Amino acid sequence: MSEANTLEIRHLRTVFHTRKGDLAAVNDVSLTVPKGKIVGIVGESGCGKSMTAMSVMQLVRKPGEIESGQILFRGEDLLQKTPGEMQKIRGDRISMIFQEPMTSLNPVYTVGHQVEEALRIHEHLSKEELHRRAVEIFEAVGIPEAEERLKSYPHQLSGGLRQRVMIGMAMICKPDLLIADEPTTALDVTIEAQILALMKKLRDENGTSILLITHNMGVVAKMCDFVYVMYAGRVMEQAEVFELFRNVQHPYTAGLLQSIPRIDHVVDRLYTIPGVVPNLLHLPAGCGFCTRCRYAQDRCYEELPELREIAPGHFIRCFSTNQELSGKEESHA
Amino acid sequence: MSDLKHFRPDTAFGGKNEKRDLTSSAKKAQDPDAKLSAKDKKRIQLAADLGEAETGWDKFKILCSENKLAAASAVIILVIALMAIFAPVVAPYDPTKQDLLHRLEGMSAAHIFGTDQLGRDVFSRMIYGARVSLVIGLLPTFLSLALGTVLGLISGYLGKAADFVIMRLADITMAFPSLLLAMVVMYTLGAGIVNIFLALTFVSWAGTARVIRSQTLSLREMEYIEAARSMGVSKWRIMFQHILPNCLPNLIVLFTLNIPGSILSESSLSFLGIGAQPPMTSWGLMVSDGKQYLFTDPVVAIAPGVAILILALAFNFLGDGVRDVLDPYLNKQ
Repeated sequence: MSEANTLEIRHLRTVFHTRKGDLAAVNDVSLTVPKGKIVGIVGESGCGKSMTAMSVMQLVRKPGEIESGQILFRGEDLLQKTPGEMQKIRGDRISMIFQEPMTSLNPVYTVGHQVEEALRIHEHLSKEELHRRAVEIFEAVGIPEAEERLKSYPHQLSGGLRQRVMIGMAMICKPDLLIADEPTTALDVTIEAQILALMKKLRDENGTSILLITHNMGVVAKMCDFVYVMYAGRVMEQAEVFELFRNVQHPYTAGLLQSIPRIDHVVDRLYTIPGVVPNLLHLPAGCGFCTRCRYAQDRCYEELPELREIAPGHFIRCFSTNQELSGKEESHA
Repeated sequence: MSDLKHFRPDTAFGGKNEKRDLTSSAKKAQDPDAKLSAKDKKRIQLAADLGEAETGWDKFKILCSENKLAAASAVIILVIALMAIFAPVVAPYDPTKQDLLHRLEGMSAAHIFGTDQLGRDVFSRMIYGARVSLVIGLLPTFLSLALGTVLGLISGYLGKAADFVIMRLADITMAFPSLLLAMVVMYTLGAGIVNIFLALTFVSWAGTARVIRSQTLSLREMEYIEAARSMGVSKWRIMFQHILPNCLPNLIVLFTLNIPGSILSESSLSFLGIGAQPPMTSWGLMVSDGKQYLFTDPVVAIAPGVAILILALAFNFLGDGVRDVLDPYLNKQ
């Protein structure tokens, strides 16, 4: 295990024990976040992307439980850590930003207090030093009049500013890994662009690795170095970002890309993948996507395809490639 | 256009008409608010004013001008408190000095509320009795609130066994009529002022614990609590530094509304002879002493009785006022 990878998840399985049976929100997921890179996890709601992040933080709530696998953070397995050790790592070495900047800040404290608290927990610093670092981080995340803004309460700030505060809180201890769970979903597109640019800038300055969870293919294209496409708890396709967009090979990823509205195409109706994400309790025996896949064959219902490498570093979990499948369809037509 | 002499620029371009249109459309825009009753609007306005108020003193002034009853109650409580604090200065006579020649004299210029069965000045005794009533009103309320808050937080945040044990204890204490339970405690511990504190605390913590528990249950699902956990904040710190401040509005209201209950309980216990013991006096004890002379000399019992009523009502009105301010949307029906 080299230090080149900040995070390496191996065969992670996170299960929710429900009355109707166990459901695997994260099922045999392996992924790698190399140092200083941005790795994206994409997928529909309920595909297990947030649960993967929560598993890394070990903040999975009952009845959820990490059943098996390894989460290697800088070579050490986080699953072997005691809760106390984990608590020291959270916020210091690994930190997280959430989707909703509106509700992720405590309404009764000033944002300055909250940013300083993030630091106070992990480092013993004097009051002046805390304040200096808070001002510094506010300036780094592009909050104007940092001194003044530190005294603001969350409700006095706009959504974009609040997300900047959240990023500031997450970055103040200079973590090795930043997990961003849909950081821009609740923001409008201009602010989204600013926040993404900010995250990239912080990555470049501090060498922080970022695990970016999103359902937005545009964000992936703009931000990520590597992409993992998840569906029903499993990785469906993984590749380096240019490879993925140039050479989509899983029917599911192809469907996701097809459903992005495009400014240069006039269509009556946007493409959607038919159906909904299946109930994780009643997954088909074979490929999780078979019920919605337009190319599904008998074999897909019975047998789970393994992740296989179709090009260097490009893996898909499908018996055929999109190329073969769409080619076949055309020849039928 | 024929006579330019009468040309008036403001009417020529429909200036006035336009203005009228603007105001009428502005009225229309307010229409959604019309569903709210005048009382609700006032509350919402009050909350807005309070939000803008800079200092605590400003807020206090706004409150007093808005809710006259609460303001008057505050004044009454303040007067009684000052009289109790400066009792030796204010009281015209020594409350324990007997004057058997002037027993049960009735109201006169020398003795405002007359004298009791031992010739002691009723008014002076009431002033000294206020000390007991106020302390009993405040201290056990404070203690039970503190106990209930801690137990409620633990119960709500930790859940599981702690929750079960604490809530079943709360059920048990609430299953008994509180006065009966307080009497049991007093008989077990013996009469005396410290034991009244303990008895009243023991009787009334459960309600607070339940309120704080339910509040904690909803607060712990908030994203900012999740964010705090992801920052590596310990669970005790989350409970007392992140959740507790968000419960403060409830606590303030519980505090003011629990005080009259405490005062009345103390009066009841003293009336039954297991509360304050002579030579110490309290309003409840005075009512008890005076009840034998109710038909011949009613003032001895009625004066302290009315005092209890006024003090309890004042705290109630103050509590209502505080609640209205902290939750402007509460009575929205």
